[in-house]
Amino acid sequence: MKTVLVVTLGAAIVNNVVLSQFLGLCPFLGVSKKIKTAAGMGGAVIFVMTLASLVCSIIDKFILKPANLEYLNTIVFILVIAALVQFVEMFLKKNVKSLYNALGVYLPLITTNCAVLGIAIKNAQTGYNILLSTLNGTFTAAGFAIAIIIMAGIREKIEYNDYPESFKGQASVLIAAGLMAIAFFGFSGLI
Amino acid sequence: MQGIIIAGALIAGVGLFIGIFLGIAGKKFEIEVDEKEEKILSLLPGNNCGGCGYPGCAGLAAAIAKGLEPCNKCPVGGNPVGQAIGDIMGVFVADQKRMTAFVKCSGNCEKAGNNYVYYGKLDCNFAFKVPGQGAKGCDYGCLGYGNCTKVCEFDAIHVIDGIAVVDKDNCMACGKCVNACPFHLIELVPYDAKHIVHCSSKDFGKKVNEVCSEGCIGCKICEKNCPSGAITVTDNLAHIDQEKCNQCGICAEKCPKHAIL
Repeated sequence: MKTVLVVTLGAAIVNNVVLSQFLGLCPFLGVSKKIKTAAGMGGAVIFVMTLASLVCSIIDKFILKPANLEYLNTIVFILVIAALVQFVEMFLKKNVKSLYNALGVYLPLITTNCAVLGIAIKNAQTGYNILLSTLNGTFTAAGFAIAIIIMAGIREKIEYNDYPESFKGQASVLIAAGLMAIAFFGFSGLI
Repeated sequence: MQGIIIAGALIAGVGLFIGIFLGIAGKKFEIEVDEKEEKILSLLPGNNCGGCGYPGCAGLAAAIAKGLEPCNKCPVGGNPVGQAIGDIMGVFVADQKRMTAFVKCSGNCEKAGNNYVYYGKLDCNFAFKVPGQGAKGCDYGCLGYGNCTKVCEFDAIHVIDGIAVVDKDNCMACGKCVNACPFHLIELVPYDAKHIVHCSSKDFGKKVNEVCSEGCIGCKICEKNCPSGAITVTDNLAHIDQEKCNQCGICAEKCPKHAIL
């Protein structure tokens, strides 16, 4: 129970994927203009990352580890995640139309997101079992969702602020992201 | 050497497996796309402007193919596109009048004064919230910060001399500017409409005279003189029903403030 708590809390907040591991920065900066789209992205990432962690840890445990081919995990995981997302997209489009519409364009966008791959590899390196890997994936993605939604809220607020020309656009966003990362550092003593 | 072969074989195997798997899945989960829908989509302008009320051209195409919307629903494509879509759907499409946006305000810098100097953000929605609904003396007039210009995808509306002016030839009547104006100054009128009241002030005549040299004062002269009964004055503001208007031009002649074009 204690391990589960440490893994989930650590993944979601303390080792936040965006703000302390600096993975998945492209969607974090790209789709954080509005809270609504940010929430859509967050939902899609949670969905994909959970599935990807599950499948990758199964492959790692039953195929790569027995054959002593762990050094190939990066490339195998990339292939598997990309194919998995493709397949899930097809499946949702046919059978769960409402979820497909809700996730919308974000699903294919995050196919090869570095955060998704990064978590799969981290699971393999840390030696988590399948359950812990899946949990880690879900809560890392939840951390991503938290970060991107807070970011979108900040961006909506500062949109009409009067700040110097040179700080407009991505510059102010990166500064805000840096300040958020410093704030999230405060969680590091938690576990 | 053996390691390279094993690695290569594994990746090739994984790739082959995924390829076959996705191929089979693609066939199995194939969704039949309506042929009509694709044809209609290719006919639509493709700007995804949202003038029809759908998020993009694909949304409208799907709705037309299902018969939920009339074939000439696209305001940008107008009649030619409506007819072509009608041919695909096998229905007759009646001609639709070409519309254009019109800004019902003529209080430019010369004709309407300001009450104070405004230093805030140059955005209609912001200026709209300050006392007196912007610096302009008239509470109903165009502020000229160009929210309509920003939303226009056809480069058809510009701020000239302090007020928004529509370029009729470029305007596709998508209606985006109509929603963008916090004062609701913009209306869609028939392209060939000659006489439109270009004022939106609901103030009494005295106040209008103070703030603008060309505003409608609600004197009802036009209403009395219109031979076809197309003009009604409500809330101190004349309105011309373009359906009834026979374009005789008497109203424009008689208007003491020249508020009718």
